[in-house]
Amino acid sequence: MEDPKKGMSLIVKTITRLTVGLILLFGIYIVSHGHISPGGGFAGGVIIALSFIHIMLAFGKETAFKKLNQNIASCFESIGAIIFITLGIIGIGSGYFLYNFMQKGEPFKLFSAGLIPLYNIAISFKVGSGLFIIFIIMVLLKISKKEG
Amino acid sequence: MLDLQIILVFMIIGALIAVKAKDLLSSVIAVGTVGLGLSLAFLILKAPDLAIAQLVVEILCIIILIRATIRKDLPFSTSGRWFFNTFITFVFIFIFLIFGYFCLRDLPSFGNPVMKIAHTFLSQGLKQTGTTNLVSAVVLDYRAYDTLGEATILFTAVMGVIAVMRSIGRKK
Amino acid sequence: MSAYFLCLILFSIGLYCILRKRNLIKIIIGIAISEYAINLFFVLVGYRMHGRAPIHSPDQTIVNMVDPLPQALVLTSIVIGLAVTALIAAIAMRIYEKYGTFDITRIRRLKG
Repeated sequence: MEDPKKGMSLIVKTITRLTVGLILLFGIYIVSHGHISPGGGFAGGVIIALSFIHIMLAFGKETAFKKLNQNIASCFESIGAIIFITLGIIGIGSGYFLYNFMQKGEPFKLFSAGLIPLYNIAISFKVGSGLFIIFIIMVLLKISKKEG
Repeated sequence: MLDLQIILVFMIIGALIAVKAKDLLSSVIAVGTVGLGLSLAFLILKAPDLAIAQLVVEILCIIILIRATIRKDLPFSTSGRWFFNTFITFVFIFIFLIFGYFCLRDLPSFGNPVMKIAHTFLSQGLKQTGTTNLVSAVVLDYRAYDTLGEATILFTAVMGVIAVMRSIGRKK
Repeated sequence: MSAYFLCLILFSIGLYCILRKRNLIKIIIGIAISEYAINLFFVLVGYRMHGRAPIHSPDQTIVNMVDPLPQALVLTSIVIGLAVTALIAAIAMRIYEKYGTFDITRIRRLKG
């Protein structure tokens, strides 16, 4: 990261503009099909975070901060945790904590398997925004060698 | 399992380069190749969920390590009791490997696991949970408490990074 | 059997790097290599010869699947390893800012 203010060269910026939407769409696909094909909430959440980090690495700090706020990411992380725990507490009414109470449906369809797709989405919110916040905080600090 | 052993030898060579390189950037890239070899090993061992997760986590780990490193390493100094320290370390690791070999002989042989609990998961998993991906069924239905604990760990790590990097009065 | 032993050698390479290196970044690299070796060991224990991945398929019935339980545990462990690496990298950046060096022998002598 020689010059984090101005971003990278023109080739990198053009390719980023073309592909970052596809990376975000791929991450959403892996999260939502977590109960049919391999994937799940963790890998999909990390891919979504990587798409936002890609924008920040290619375009520099100043330009990226106009689009992506830190407060929005912090809100998303809390929303993910709240959804997970609320669905678990609702399950206490008909069984135990984190009971899978919705109907199961038929296999290989997108709206099947009870609560598991909703758990996947909540986990992806939490993992994605948590890793994005870690990256923002580590980039904001300026390393300056202290004499002494 | 010849291909599995070739991938393991490749990972060991990558780890040796990562330990011995003088330039810090080269050793971070060598750790990247170890992680990539691990993702291929997960594919050979028929675990596609883990291969996807390991690949993307490896990319993020390399980004964070490159951010934290300065490019030159310290000069290697043979100060005082260098030979004695290295000799003791090698003796310790050799004893550990011998104990490990005797323990590994008592495990079930490679390729025939015991699978007492997994028989229930494999036969009843589709009926009881309705998912076709059994690893997701185990992570999010049979063992959902562990997922809640893992979300807590990520939250604590974010809190820790913010608390360490916070600076009162520094211009951002 | 030889796959288990190669995995143990990978773990001991990471252990040597933690014990004998003076640079803080090399110690972090050693911790990462040890973590990869342990995750690989878990998945090696649960492998069945000529098994299939633990995912049902719409057009065939699969009778021999590998063990899904170690794979579920390792999936959590991979993300935890990332969180730990990020946290100690952040602490290392702060140490460099305060002391000006990554050398662990010099960090012990400077005070305040």
